[in-house]
Amino acid sequence: MIKRAHGFPGGVHPDYHKELTAGLALEVPPLFERYVVPVAQHIGSPAKVIVDKGAQVFKGTVLAEPSGFVSVPMHSPTSGTVKSVKNLPHPWGPSMLAVEITADGEDTPDPELPRLNHETASIDELRDFIRQAGIVGMGGAAFPTHVKLSPPKEKPIDVLILNGAECEPYLTADHRLMVESPEKVIAGAGILAKILKVKRICIGVEDNKPDALSALEKAAAGQADMDVYSLHVTYPQGAEKQLIYAILGREVPAGGLPMDVGVVVQNVGTASAVWDAVANGIPLIERITTITGRGIGRPGNLVLRIGTLVEDVVRWRGGISDDTIKVVNGGPMMGMAMSGLDVPVLKGSSGLLFLERDEVEQYHHYPCIRCGRCVDICPMKLMPCIISYYTENEMFDEVESLNVTDCIECGSCAYVCPSSRILVHHMKMGKAEVIVRRRKKAVS
Amino acid sequence: MLEAILTLSGLAILASFGLGLAAKFFAVKVDPRVEKIEEILPGANCGGCGAAGCSDFAKGVVEGKYAANACPVGGPSCAAKIAEILGEEVRASEPRVAIVLCAGDEDQCGNRFDYNGIYDCNAADLIQGGFKACTYGCLGLGSCARACPFDAIVITDKRLAVIDRDKCVGCGKCVPVCPRKLITLVPVSRKTHILCSSHDPGAEVRKKCKVGCIACKKCEKTVNGEGISINNFLAVMDYSKDLDGFALETVCPTHTIQRVDQPALQESEKTA
Repeated sequence: MIKRAHGFPGGVHPDYHKELTAGLALEVPPLFERYVVPVAQHIGSPAKVIVDKGAQVFKGTVLAEPSGFVSVPMHSPTSGTVKSVKNLPHPWGPSMLAVEITADGEDTPDPELPRLNHETASIDELRDFIRQAGIVGMGGAAFPTHVKLSPPKEKPIDVLILNGAECEPYLTADHRLMVESPEKVIAGAGILAKILKVKRICIGVEDNKPDALSALEKAAAGQADMDVYSLHVTYPQGAEKQLIYAILGREVPAGGLPMDVGVVVQNVGTASAVWDAVANGIPLIERITTITGRGIGRPGNLVLRIGTLVEDVVRWRGGISDDTIKVVNGGPMMGMAMSGLDVPVLKGSSGLLFLERDEVEQYHHYPCIRCGRCVDICPMKLMPCIISYYTENEMFDEVESLNVTDCIECGSCAYVCPSSRILVHHMKMGKAEVIVRRRKKAVS
Repeated sequence: MLEAILTLSGLAILASFGLGLAAKFFAVKVDPRVEKIEEILPGANCGGCGAAGCSDFAKGVVEGKYAANACPVGGPSCAAKIAEILGEEVRASEPRVAIVLCAGDEDQCGNRFDYNGIYDCNAADLIQGGFKACTYGCLGLGSCARACPFDAIVITDKRLAVIDRDKCVGCGKCVPVCPRKLITLVPVSRKTHILCSSHDPGAEVRKKCKVGCIACKKCEKTVNGEGISINNFLAVMDYSKDLDGFALETVCPTHTIQRVDQPALQESEKTA
């Protein structure tokens, strides 16, 4: 039975535009000639390259090793040769170290890929295997999954929540995954629950995806302690802390993590990737990405190899219209605009959004009129307007005392602001400055 | 009437007596030199010396926390007077001046994308590593100019920070503000500068900027390797050596090396 979840305080209702791609089945592109795998695709320290220029690699060969605990390896998306290891354009910034691969068109899997019997493997073996498969959170933030699966002993976990909310407008990648392979999601959740030693699994899906809800319910039927929750359609319902509150009514304390209230949240895409890794031995070399927006020739939900260049995808999907002026990596609310199409698809790229001139407004920002709308809707119960003018005036002690580091940068405040203030940018700047100050204080 | 006068004068005498006693017993001993030094100091309270302000510096200099010539604004004459008061020998210190090691204005170095965020270099640097094609170059949003207590930095209308050497006192307030660490303090007598901070390889620099250092090593050869070293694709000048005589600005093929002399700015280039 599908259960109904409570809401959470705050949030906004942007235009969702999911109709562009929600009904389109997953498509697999042909092999492209060139792939670029950057060493930094996740939160944490970048991986360390272990292949040399000219090396022969197979599909799934490790290209870079983790360089610390919060780090994961990178794998080759296809077979071919390493063309170069150098700084190449990256969606997050101008350029970062990456491994460039020329595909040989054979797509031969690596014969030495490690395998694991997931039924007999111990918890530590499973967790280590997930790490070696390079799995990170597939919702967009790309936080290494094995770190989330290693909660400290003093914080017992009793619930695993699978996040299928997909509250970002335009994106339908998780939606299609849940409709087309619900059994993989459920099986992956089983592995995650085994590692965390939790009994109860909750799956949250926004109720604008009834087909996904019923598919998951069917796949989860007969499994005790597994509940499918239908969530209100409110942005940002898919944010970890808001999801926990909506389903369990537990509030994560300020500055805390979900594990502080006994919960681990994983994206449905992550669960599916975990299943592919432990059951089929396939490391994380592809992901589902929604290519959408009015600017692209043929929108769709594509199974893209990680490292596929955006320009190749664009060419395959019929090019972009002349009026396209903005390309966003991710959704329109939290995604980052990109400065070029010569960048690769990353582990966290849930969508590529091509916006046309009339959809992108160049805002002129005005002074705050103290209407308090941002305070009303802030899902983290912060006061964006006040933090914003403290940041403007470089009063960072006050910014810190207003808990700016709890901001999840969801963009709801900037969305409702009648003065079109650049609130998220102010929050970002305040956060960056506060973190630098804390680090300085810790050192001295 | 008489009563009122007597009462009030009585009170006044009593209170003045009390105040007199308090002044005697609770007096804070101040080194007379502190006051004298404070009078000499320029009183700009810029913090260039490292102290919280001019009076803090005066106190510190008497306690021996700062050197007599540590005030960058007052210069040698101020240092001499302070040293005299302290009974020290005057140590000569050459006044220093700030310089922005980037010459890539909008004509020389393009933008990667349109930026519509906060008008501040540090904020702009957070978004995709800055909007400028060169990731080492001056963003020109004026964070340094706003930090300057002497109004000595101007942003040209082509978005480049330029130091007004007449006004700059070398307090160094602008140095930590720049997100790209382009500003350094150099001896005021040095006129030849390598105006680039890019560690990109030469071919990359060529694509992005017309006046960037391509590490061709011509300048290094001209000075016979003494005073200029190529460090990670960038020529770096050692300011302890006087290289003004080499006419390096005629050697540099990209015009990265320039003679920065006052008046450095044409009036037309200055924006309010």
